[in-house]
Amino acid sequence: MDFSNDLRIIKPELWLTGFAIITLLAELILKKKELIALLTLIAIGVTGYIITTTVPFTNGGVNTPNIAFSGMYISDSYSIFFKFLFLASALLTVLLSIRYLSNEKVHYGEYYSLILFSVLGMSFMASAYDLILLYLGTELMALSVYVLTGFKRYNTRSNEAALKYFLLGAFSSALLLYGISFIYLLTGTTNIKEIALKLRFQPSEPVLMIALLFLASAFAFKIAAVPFHMWSPDVYEGAPTPITAFMSVGPKAAGFSVIGRVFIIALGAIAVDWKVLLSILSVLTMIVGNVLAISQTNIKRMLAYSSIAHSGYALLGIIAGTPEGIASTMNYLLIYTFMNIGAFAIVIIMSRANPEGGISIGEQISDYEGLSKTEPLWAALMLIFMFSLTGIPPTAGFVGKFYLFMSVINAGYTGLAIVAVIMSAVSAYFYLRIVMLMYMKEPLKALTVSPNLSEAIATTISTGLVLIMGVAPYYFIEFARAAMSL
Amino acid sequence: MAYPVLTTVIFLPVIGALLLLVIKRERENLIKWLSLTFTVLTFLASLPLFFRFDKNSSSMQFVEVFEWIPAWNIKYYLGVDGISVLFILLSALLGPLCVLISWNSIKDKMKEFYIALLLIEAAMIGVFCALDFFLFYIFWEAMLIPMYLIIGVWGGPRRIYSAIKFFLYTLVGSVLMLVGIIILYFKGGNTFDILALMSMKFPYKLQLILFWAFFAAFAVKVPMWPLHTWLPDAHTEAPTAGSVILAGILIKMGAYGFLRFSIPLFPEATKAMAPVALALSVIAIIYGGLICLVQSDLKRLIAYSSVSHMGFVTLGIFALNQQGLEGGILQMINHGIVTGALFLLVGVIYDRSHSREISHYGGLATVLPVYAGFFMVFTLASIGLPGLNGFIGEFLIILGGFKSSMLAGALAATGIIIGAAYMLWLYQRVFFQEVNPKVKGYKDMDIREIITLFPLVVLVFWIGVYPDTFLGFMHESVKELITKLNR
Repeated sequence: MDFSNDLRIIKPELWLTGFAIITLLAELILKKKELIALLTLIAIGVTGYIITTTVPFTNGGVNTPNIAFSGMYISDSYSIFFKFLFLASALLTVLLSIRYLSNEKVHYGEYYSLILFSVLGMSFMASAYDLILLYLGTELMALSVYVLTGFKRYNTRSNEAALKYFLLGAFSSALLLYGISFIYLLTGTTNIKEIALKLRFQPSEPVLMIALLFLASAFAFKIAAVPFHMWSPDVYEGAPTPITAFMSVGPKAAGFSVIGRVFIIALGAIAVDWKVLLSILSVLTMIVGNVLAISQTNIKRMLAYSSIAHSGYALLGIIAGTPEGIASTMNYLLIYTFMNIGAFAIVIIMSRANPEGGISIGEQISDYEGLSKTEPLWAALMLIFMFSLTGIPPTAGFVGKFYLFMSVINAGYTGLAIVAVIMSAVSAYFYLRIVMLMYMKEPLKALTVSPNLSEAIATTISTGLVLIMGVAPYYFIEFARAAMSL
Repeated sequence: MAYPVLTTVIFLPVIGALLLLVIKRERENLIKWLSLTFTVLTFLASLPLFFRFDKNSSSMQFVEVFEWIPAWNIKYYLGVDGISVLFILLSALLGPLCVLISWNSIKDKMKEFYIALLLIEAAMIGVFCALDFFLFYIFWEAMLIPMYLIIGVWGGPRRIYSAIKFFLYTLVGSVLMLVGIIILYFKGGNTFDILALMSMKFPYKLQLILFWAFFAAFAVKVPMWPLHTWLPDAHTEAPTAGSVILAGILIKMGAYGFLRFSIPLFPEATKAMAPVALALSVIAIIYGGLICLVQSDLKRLIAYSSVSHMGFVTLGIFALNQQGLEGGILQMINHGIVTGALFLLVGVIYDRSHSREISHYGGLATVLPVYAGFFMVFTLASIGLPGLNGFIGEFLIILGGFKSSMLAGALAATGIIIGAAYMLWLYQRVFFQEVNPKVKGYKDMDIREIITLFPLVVLVFWIGVYPDTFLGFMHESVKELITKLNR
């Protein structure tokens, strides 16, 4: 493996780095911030294209992985699937940010650069074949998102959220490092493949369990699984709304990509142990997330708890542990990306800066009363996203959950599936409350909205995909399945 | 390939809904006429099912199969047999009637109302045609969205509570069935094909678990006692068209589920659990009837009478013999016609008075003679007067009930007496006695309302006098069902 070959393999990340730096510099030259947003969109498009050119589809469609930098980095269909997902979430986030940032008077070019850097970090997470690279990717992603969370720097809630996220995030990073060091202690390596080989001939011992516990806690923090979810409602509420949307899909999916890689491959030998652990996490996450969402009055907080609950569902596929299971989790994350960003898109379109500071106008759930009267189109779209999040056919949310339930039942965890379906029914209550307020109440104040072109595009993409994936999910399932070759 | 009748019937309303979507909401007349056109077209498109259905065959007819999601072996698979065909016809018939009865009463958000109405019609017909579990479940759940909106947006004062209650009850039942469907998929060798699954035999223990998983979904929908409490609320608060759809079609889906899935898929479990279901049915019959006697609200009374009547239906089904099953199916159609008509009639008077209280009325027969005549026909049909449709259904059911269990048959027969008591007493309080000053000056039914109800009157007499037109559809399929039960 020569160096130039390594560089060829990480070409997408190289381009992304270049673009992120150019965006940062462009801030100095370009006065119109919309142009920087446009540059970011181009960057995302080009990176997406570069990824398609690096896909080594050989052997009749079966993807042979490329490994670079002495086994540090892997480019396989699994990582490519996630990279597309990250790019899609970044794309929609940028589209939704332009008007929001101008309204909140924090339209700076660094914002877009930070989004690109966080995508870069997530790409490394998905491609990490070594725990050190995994850690670096996680940190790059997390540091960018900490700053983005506090981007409304004149707003105390945003500051509070950033600080909280940073402190707790730093703690989880420490746990991750601690876990990695225990693994190194046992196996003498940080390479995922070698760890797997070493552990296969090693009986499970207390130190390994401690390592597992640390790793699981760190990852559970990243995907906001109960009991490591405490940060997320505050952070989601305080962060600029487009970043909330971004955090709830991109970094979360990145967390799942490393859970898949580390647990299934590196710790495959002790699957029995981590399956118990993850089952407990998943059940707690589903119950706590859904039940606490019921009593929220702020829509961002409600969606934060709903996002917690959805992590619980997505974990089901990992617990199943079968290729179908992983594929179902990936498929679900893809679907969740579009339906959740879609819901946030409506929240963003609805909200505007509060002249007195504090919570923006349009973020209280009660602000949605009678929306169908004043804004029938946006109310109808919100209705679609709410039903999709509940998992009612014919929306994508149903297909996603159906696939998860199928894989988890096939793996023999019928009990988990029953908890999940009951909790879906519970979730209907709070998602439908939004629908109820929009359609069955009279408007209190005439909230009119004026979305710009980019927001309209983002909403159209999300709605279109939610409906298409609901009615004709075939290609998306095949995409996830094909990508499932760890 | 033959002309796809079923797909046309399912998707005509969807096309209508999409057309409505692009019409400006100010053009109210266009919206109404377009909805009427599409529902009538749907009904006309469904007529081949009536005329070209081969009554001498128990197999699926008008079958359409396409690959849909090959990854999970899911097909777009439609077909009808003697059990389902009548429900499709009834759904297609009630569609235009619902549009007509809402003509002047729905003024707020009219466009959305008709879109919801058309979508629910499509989903209902889909439920009865689907022969693939995935497809079935999609239609089954998709129906909830427009129904939730119809109750919650256009309903009465307590509509929001009722809509959420309806949604949550049904959803909890349905998701358990979903788990059951997935288990069935894996046990049956990765297929959602309902006919293929029916030809398999599952171990008794598995049958029992799955029977209860499906039972949860169907018993909520029927609704069987003690899961019935959503129904009075939903029926009472829904707008007239919503009540008609609920009573006419939606609650039939539960009973249809027993016939289509529970009996052929889990025959041994069904036989073992039939006494439980019979007991619940008898309780529903008597309990529902007694509650009716103390209602002061017109719609609530009819809603509780539905609980009682659906008790008869499930009694007939779980009697598990030819008479009981045929009576059950026919009684579902009867109940759809009669209760649908009663809700339509309540809607007619509600448009004038905006009151559902029985005490608001009195002496209506003097003020609205035509209306009183229509109400009389359906009251008597509901009681089961010989010569009208209700009699045939109830007679067959009780016959089946006696064959299966003397006690159940005898208790069910008392339900008929209670039924006569509450319906006649209702009629007396509303139509006879002194003319209540509040109702003076009400106009009698206009031509639109008469057109709405006329087809149902014809059916009441047709089934009552010559039921074989309709029973003929189901003979072969029911025989086949009993063979499957006893294999």
